[in-house]
Amino acid sequence: MSQSQPLVCWFQECNKDSVPLVGGKNSSLGELINAGIRVPPGFAITTHAYRRFLADGGVEDKIVEAMAGLDHQDTAALDRASAEIREIIESCPFSTELEDQIADYYRKLSKVCGLPATPVAVRSSATAEDLPGASFAGQQETFLWIRGADQVLEHVRLCFSSLFTSRAIAYRIEMGFDYSEVAISVGIQKMANSFTAGVMFTLNPANGDRSMIVIDSNFGFGESVVSGEVTPDNFRVDKVSLDILEKTISQKQIYYTLAPAEHCAKKFELPEERQGLQSLIDEDVIELAKMGKVIEQHYGCPQDIEWAVDKDMPKSGSVFILQSRPETVWSCKKPDTPSEPGKKKTAMDHILASIMTGKKLT
Amino acid sequence: MGNSKLQFPDPHGVETIAGTEGWERMYPYQYQFVTDDPEREAYEKGMFWFYDGLHYPEPSYPFDIIWDEAWFLALSQFNTRIFSVPPVYGVDHRIINGYIYISPVPVTDPAEIEERVGHFMERAGYYYQNWNELEAKWVKKLEDVISQLENLEIPTLPDMEDKSVVMEGVGKSKGYELLRAYDKLIDLGLLCWQYHFEFLNLGYAAYVTFLDFCQKAFPDIPLQRVTQMVSGIDVIMYRPDEELKKLARAAVDLGIDNVVNNGKGWEEVKAELTGSSAGDEWLAAFEKARYPWFWTSTGTGWYHHDLSWNDDLDIPLASIRIYIDKIKAGASIDRPMDEVIKERDRITSEYQALLQTDEDKGAFEQLLGTARTVFPYVENHLFYVEHWFHSIFWNKMREVAAILAEQGFIEEVEDVWYLKRAEIKDALWDLVTAWATGVKPRGPKVWPPEIAWRKDVMQKFREWTPPAAVGTAPEVIQEPFTVVLWGVTNESLNAWAEVDAAGDPDSITELTGFAGSPGAVEGKARVCRTVAEIGELQEGEILVAPTTSPSWAPAFQKIQAAVTDVGGVMCHAAIVCREYGMPAVVGTGHATSVIKTGMHIKVDGTTGKIIIER
Repeated sequence: MSQSQPLVCWFQECNKDSVPLVGGKNSSLGELINAGIRVPPGFAITTHAYRRFLADGGVEDKIVEAMAGLDHQDTAALDRASAEIREIIESCPFSTELEDQIADYYRKLSKVCGLPATPVAVRSSATAEDLPGASFAGQQETFLWIRGADQVLEHVRLCFSSLFTSRAIAYRIEMGFDYSEVAISVGIQKMANSFTAGVMFTLNPANGDRSMIVIDSNFGFGESVVSGEVTPDNFRVDKVSLDILEKTISQKQIYYTLAPAEHCAKKFELPEERQGLQSLIDEDVIELAKMGKVIEQHYGCPQDIEWAVDKDMPKSGSVFILQSRPETVWSCKKPDTPSEPGKKKTAMDHILASIMTGKKLT
Repeated sequence: MGNSKLQFPDPHGVETIAGTEGWERMYPYQYQFVTDDPEREAYEKGMFWFYDGLHYPEPSYPFDIIWDEAWFLALSQFNTRIFSVPPVYGVDHRIINGYIYISPVPVTDPAEIEERVGHFMERAGYYYQNWNELEAKWVKKLEDVISQLENLEIPTLPDMEDKSVVMEGVGKSKGYELLRAYDKLIDLGLLCWQYHFEFLNLGYAAYVTFLDFCQKAFPDIPLQRVTQMVSGIDVIMYRPDEELKKLARAAVDLGIDNVVNNGKGWEEVKAELTGSSAGDEWLAAFEKARYPWFWTSTGTGWYHHDLSWNDDLDIPLASIRIYIDKIKAGASIDRPMDEVIKERDRITSEYQALLQTDEDKGAFEQLLGTARTVFPYVENHLFYVEHWFHSIFWNKMREVAAILAEQGFIEEVEDVWYLKRAEIKDALWDLVTAWATGVKPRGPKVWPPEIAWRKDVMQKFREWTPPAAVGTAPEVIQEPFTVVLWGVTNESLNAWAEVDAAGDPDSITELTGFAGSPGAVEGKARVCRTVAEIGELQEGEILVAPTTSPSWAPAFQKIQAAVTDVGGVMCHAAIVCREYGMPAVVGTGHATSVIKTGMHIKVDGTTGKIIIER
């Protein structure tokens, strides 16, 4: 590893080529940002930092020692080794350089968000997502609502150590990977403190119309919409003209919001006077649709997107994309095309067919 | 809108309005719904007859029904006998209490439809393939008909024929010539309407096909997006208005705008301008613009009372003044054509990119091309026929009427419209034979009381609200003209029915029409029932009108949105609003009777909804 590689970098410095350095999740966030999409700000602790951490504290030697001669079927031995290694990692201090950098980035992030000790999500970002069974490789750790530099540092270590769960160790042994072949990056991202959140499809999921964008929204975190616990407000937007063609405002009985004591999102009843209110203002509907269009163009196929309006952020820039993945239902269907595939019809054929079909009256 | 079958009243059960008994004699007999012929009665009950409110917002005058008969014939023959549109014959017509109802007639025998397909592909195919050449020929034919009309002399009856009749051995009288001139006048009108439908249905069919394709590919696509893709093509509908703008610019350039804009009537303005070199130059330009461009009707041209600009020069003058004010205020009066075309091209390529197969992309391009080819005719024929020809025609008829009025057959010229054209021919025979014989005609005792009665009947018709449709609704309509122009969609019928059901127009807070042009605004409403009222429009108001035509163009300079009673997405108001990028909701059915000037309304041209805040 060359010394010029950064230990920490902002999401916007990441792109699809930086997967080995910051993992898939972080680099895709960088992709979105660079495509002009607003995602909650944050930064990545690189795989380089991870490797330096192992090397600097002498952790590496202890790992090698603990894993010597392990049998992937010997559960008790695996558990023992895992507990030992994780204890070593979790108690090992960062180098001053790394600790300073992470703390410095975190302070800058808090400043950007205008919120001292900004709550963040600390997530592992896998470098081997394409690996079959990657979830067993222990690269899926997520910690929400983490506040303060000390807490952040502690949870970064937890992400590092999550690479050494018993299952992850067993999996690597079975697959014949050396532990050093798998590295991890960690993403530190501002928690979207959702005033309103939901999902967006860059087609109409009801009929597959690709010239439409459909948005579901409710107050609070997106859980209520994603889980289907509430009938969300629904907006249908013309993808081409960005006009809102239809909006349905529903009675929304519940929402998820931050429980102050527990520091996590909890389900609450929505105050009655808010239940029938439009949870996403028209301007934000259009802003989201614009983002949806850009994301779809970036990835070249219809998208299924999670988004949030963050109440901590200035109003002019409070709409965020949390996640985007390809839409699967309609994209997998054979397109229902107006013209028969492989058959070239003349304009006259179309005109005749159109007259014969006519217009339905009832 | 659900699966419930649409229910409409029995066509034979509509009650005659008290005091109008015998009204049927004002119209051709075949227009009556009848119960004395069981076969015909059964046919009538089984058909779907809808009120053609677009062309006939008021009851028909006995004379004015000439255009209804003309297109009854012309449209139907092209469908049934000439192009052989496979699944439909013509469009049948009836009258209920003065209001015109029409019904497309389907071909029911599958073998016959199959046979008609072959003819249609050959015949209609020929027209589509040779569209531009045939259209150029059409223009020549129309110019010829109009020139014959302009040159048609309506002779007055002299006490003594001129000596030249003898010296030149003419051998016939002015009485005969009057009968002939009347026949010729009617004949030219019918001929003009033959041509009117030569291309129209094929144009609509091509247009509908593009629409169908877009709706199949994009089930939710708003109609106006489709029309937007066919916009930005120069059509002569804009020409009269362009002439007014030119005159406004010329007035400013010549430094006589203060005279033109002095608030006085045309005659005074003309007198003031005459004599100065700048004034004479401008007046010459004005005269030049009048023919043919001021034959623009202030209405649809379908009614005799739709005056043209040439009939009342105060109308174009008022428009020129609006443009002068704009120019003086430093505003642009140019149509934003470049932007329209840019936006059209942008959305066209976005839709094309969203199509998923090469076949679709190819078909899209081909059908869009066809729609754009037919579009100019679909717009331009209106100026030639409804505006230019009709405006001159009505005035020629007034010359005939003047002769009848002079002989006491009618009390005044404008009474002539209460007679059927065959009755006028009868009256002319009475008049001419009496003139020839040197006796008194019978007509002066026959027609005035009948006309007085008919006026009363017409008034009662006006106060009656025609049902949206009668008879039995079919599942599909295949007749292209019916499909496009009347927008007989469930939505409009249902929305109209809702307003009817509400009864009291003052209790209505929401109206629905066609989304004519996208965007949403709110503001003060200004109801203008005729073009003469557009001078009252204030900057930024929302125009509420029965319908608009090219005469209304200057109004669009002042308003921020338009709402009309009748019209679909291809109507004048919708087209102009799209060009200017302002919202329009059209075909609301009732806007001018529900909305009052000064009300605060919200107009959403994207959804077709109007919210009325009283």
